[in-house]
Amino acid sequence: MADKRTTPEEMVAELRSGMTVGFGGWGSRRKPMAVVRAICRSDLRDLTVVSYGGPDVGLLCAAGKVRRVVCGFVTLDSIVLDPHWRAARQGGRVALTELDEGMFFAGLQAAAWRVPFLPTRAGLGSDVLVVNPELRTVRSPYTDGPFADPADAGAEFVAAPALRLDAAVVHANRADTAGNAQFLGPDRFFDELFLGAAARRFVTAERVVANGALAEEGPLGAVTVHRLLTDAVAETPGGAHFTACPPDYDRDEAFQREYAASAADPDAWAAFRRRYLDVDEDGYRAAVGEPTGGPR
Amino acid sequence: MSDGAPSRAEVCAVACAEVWRHAGEVMVSPFGTIPSLGARLAKLTFSPDLSLTDGDAALVVGAPPLGTAPGDLVREAAMPYRSVFDVVWSGRRHVMMMASQIDRTGNQNLSAIGDWARPRVQLVGVRGAPGNSVNHPTSYWVPDHSPRSFVEKVDVVSGVGYHRAAAAGPGATRYHDVRAVVSNLGVFDFETPDRVMRVRSVHPGVRLDEVVAATGFELVVADDVPTTRLPSDEELALLREVLDPAATRDKEVRG
Repeated sequence: MADKRTTPEEMVAELRSGMTVGFGGWGSRRKPMAVVRAICRSDLRDLTVVSYGGPDVGLLCAAGKVRRVVCGFVTLDSIVLDPHWRAARQGGRVALTELDEGMFFAGLQAAAWRVPFLPTRAGLGSDVLVVNPELRTVRSPYTDGPFADPADAGAEFVAAPALRLDAAVVHANRADTAGNAQFLGPDRFFDELFLGAAARRFVTAERVVANGALAEEGPLGAVTVHRLLTDAVAETPGGAHFTACPPDYDRDEAFQREYAASAADPDAWAAFRRRYLDVDEDGYRAAVGEPTGGPR
Repeated sequence: MSDGAPSRAEVCAVACAEVWRHAGEVMVSPFGTIPSLGARLAKLTFSPDLSLTDGDAALVVGAPPLGTAPGDLVREAAMPYRSVFDVVWSGRRHVMMMASQIDRTGNQNLSAIGDWARPRVQLVGVRGAPGNSVNHPTSYWVPDHSPRSFVEKVDVVSGVGYHRAAAAGPGATRYHDVRAVVSNLGVFDFETPDRVMRVRSVHPGVRLDEVVAATGFELVVADDVPTTRLPSDEELALLREVLDPAATRDKEVRG
């Protein structure tokens, strides 16, 4: 059995400027922030970031790593609008492919299933199809015969395009050395689809246990990422900080406010960057203290 | 505690509740304090089969008061985001979203103000509004009715209105149903021959000309516009004593 353990730095060393990279989680929840921070420290640039956007998007934009974002939203949940993302958009510094969040789901699923698109109603009639003129619609071929639904005969649907990723990173509560990963919180989000859509698949976790030991950590049904979806795994305690990672820890709201406030001016951002990003993960944890949110 | 005339916030909460009166067994997804109260009120009174979420990843039993601690909620089923899309696309949902802008034909904007390519104000994003609006009943809540929120044409069509759905064809219109818009001034719908916004009722204490002046486009106004109904004594008691004793509703709508 291959031991897939590695480090966030080694994961990031496999990335190249210009790549399309997907990040798991949702909003300011269970984001793979240890890898996001490692990307901020790297010399990567011009990334296309694919995400149910949270501070992964804002931080990477502020650090100058992003050429394009593919998303349906960017939010910090308890702070609705991420000021770093607003600044990047209002300053014209990043390109955007704005999709309906369900269309985004269909796109990840299409990539994971190796089909070029999946049909959906989501997006029809909206400006999603106007601001992204490269999106296409498709007409139902079932106009007669046993599979025809008369109400949809000839109707057009959005062909949600496969969101193929060069790499994906997700953060789990637990993983094992073989790359199985377990989600102990209430929502696994779309993490296994991000991995399924990607050529290189990276998992970080609060704790990495021996292969076969995940059943002792929680229900086997919570192991929704199996090792066929994973190329490398890294143990990153506090690896989702400052986003929520229940039941291990809640969102660090005070730190999130500090992150948001650092968008106020270049000096504030430089100070934030010096203190929290120009240091390695050990230095980061020393600067922020251990996550103290505790079980919910 | 239930003494005193109904506040505007309480009228708005009941107006929101009315949106779900005949909804049956569907997931309600209310955004904002007043719609959250309205959904709970509807469930406790005339729409007991409504299904509410815990705001995270589960369906809850009953209609817990606002601000109930997560540990005190009783959950009946998991509702992670992947399942939410199953519900959205099955049609078994009636969402009430907020709208930074809404226009005459029911288009809604959550994405950006100004030119989308380089917005003057970046908002949260289209989120699920495009998909919601063509898959299941969709209503809107606007707590600050003004010519800035009720606009002739939204800057970025997120939720899809009647004319845009019609132009997109039967794939868009089959399940499209923008049901109602509730604001701090009145209730509005699109039950007009050409599917443009009409005044369904004006809240007590609001004059029709105030509504017209606060709207950035021409509303359809009947000769005799009704007044939004007042909360019943039972509804007032539920709002004041059970669902929102801390009166958080007054922070969203004053007066």
